[in-house]
Amino acid sequence: MTTLDRTAVPRRGSADRVKKGLVSGKFTALLILLPPALILFSLFVILPLADAIYYSGFSWNGYGAPSDFVGAQNYQRLLDHSVFHTALWNTAKLILVSLLIQMPLALGLALLVYRKTPTNTLFRLVFFLPYILAEVAAGLIWSFVFDGDYGIASSLLNAMGKQPVYVLADHQWAFPAIMTVIVWKYFGFHMMIYIAALQSVPKDLVEAAKLEGAKPRQVALFVQIPLIKHALVVSGFFAIIGSLQIFDIIIPMTNGGPSNSTHTIVTYLYSFGLSRLNIGFGSAAAVVLFVLAIGIAFFYQRTTGKGSKA
Amino acid sequence: MKSITTRNTLRVITLIVVASVVIGPLLAALFGGFKGNSELRTNPLWLPDSWAADNYISILLDGNFWRYLGNSFFISAMTVFLTLVVGAAAAYVFSQIRFFGAKMILSYLLLGLMFPFAAAILPLFIKVRDLGLLDTYWAVILPQTAFGLSLAILLFKAFFDQLPKELFEAAYVDGCSYLRFFWSFTLPLSTPILATVGVFVFVQSWNNFLLPLVVLNDRSIYTWPLGMMQFQGEYLTQWNMILAFVTLTIIPAVIFFLAAQKYIVAGLTGGSVKG
Repeated sequence: MTTLDRTAVPRRGSADRVKKGLVSGKFTALLILLPPALILFSLFVILPLADAIYYSGFSWNGYGAPSDFVGAQNYQRLLDHSVFHTALWNTAKLILVSLLIQMPLALGLALLVYRKTPTNTLFRLVFFLPYILAEVAAGLIWSFVFDGDYGIASSLLNAMGKQPVYVLADHQWAFPAIMTVIVWKYFGFHMMIYIAALQSVPKDLVEAAKLEGAKPRQVALFVQIPLIKHALVVSGFFAIIGSLQIFDIIIPMTNGGPSNSTHTIVTYLYSFGLSRLNIGFGSAAAVVLFVLAIGIAFFYQRTTGKGSKA
Repeated sequence: MKSITTRNTLRVITLIVVASVVIGPLLAALFGGFKGNSELRTNPLWLPDSWAADNYISILLDGNFWRYLGNSFFISAMTVFLTLVVGAAAAYVFSQIRFFGAKMILSYLLLGLMFPFAAAILPLFIKVRDLGLLDTYWAVILPQTAFGLSLAILLFKAFFDQLPKELFEAAYVDGCSYLRFFWSFTLPLSTPILATVGVFVFVQSWNNFLLPLVVLNDRSIYTWPLGMMQFQGEYLTQWNMILAFVTLTIIPAVIFFLAAQKYIVAGLTGGSVKG
């Protein structure tokens, strides 16, 4: 209550009035300023997530009140559905690609352009550009790139005298193509996080290491990267949580096809839950997504030691 | 000395290669919009034979295109406005007023940082439908605001905490209430963080696809990502038209990005690096 005490001091005569006014003003302020956030957040974030858990126990098409309680059947069906397995595996692949290819790529580029020079700024802007584009727009452009009749990929093959490939209609290549686009779209975001961190590494440390005869690679490996560990931890967290939720890019590129081979958890819950109005079944998939996200967040926080608030 | 120049050459080559992979598809889309469909087939990547803007013009003359953009703009602007007002008000309470349970309520509001939006999409559809909001702007604005609140409150509170305490004490002694102080001191002093959060929320809303897809069915209220998918469905194999459409939606995004990049980057890295 330090605020209260200190405000009351300057005018001793009116201290009581001030204190009283402050307390009642405090409540008015609380009652006006806090409820909008609480109501919106509870109504559209917490309640829907609780609803998802509730709905997942029913076989329900979304009309009337859910009444056909089926217990854990939706979860059982989910676990038995091979497309859901594919969706889980694809989501896991996205996480792996983000952590093992995208993040090292972003870190390498960040080390190349973190210094403040005009050319570096230009490259940074270019690398960051895909991140601000809408996923749907990026997905459409890339479906053109991969198109078997028109695309850049197939015309390159053509020039080499080979048959064009319909990448996105091909079981083997469709998902790698999607992963490529995801790296293209998000590496700039991670790079920006690293750049912000690299710029806050004290210059003396880097200079000292150089004076001692360390090569640039050694400076990066033994001085800079250990000092930006926190940024790596945070960006890893974003990479995982982001990968769990990939949806927009898939829809224009493959819409989950060919023959359901490119679904992620979210496209799965959209196609099999919402589009077919299997609200209970879709909610079970949503709960799995939710549990995975929370579970990974806690596990991640534990293992990396540092909390990531975001 | 020589090794430094070779290294620098290598560095520049790497950067240029990556930059071309990043920019290539975007330029191909821009050029593709100028081509006829048969030209596009033989020349998907390079400059068009002639800069005939027919495709672009026919889209720009189509009222639907502008309607999609208008819908998106209205929804994004309202989301920004609500997120700023509601988020700043709550953050102000946590930063300025001490009360029983403050910590718990704050943690509750920050839970949203961990929750995947997609997990809530089915119940959100039901909720929005039961509230009679399907096919209204609010169906997108309210859930978007709610899901943006956690990050907004986190960033606002961190900023408000750094404002000088003496200011409030002086203002209060002069008879200024909490509410007035919030409105006439805290908010005006916080324009940098308001801009950062505002720009960030705007971009997210502008690009949002899943939520509008689920709650908007009426074409007249479509946001531009939905309109673009609709357009793609109509012109299925006419890639030149689709690329023209995509390019036209990307241009405002790129201009906005160049104008507001400072805030965009701050919004992205601010929450994470400091957090």
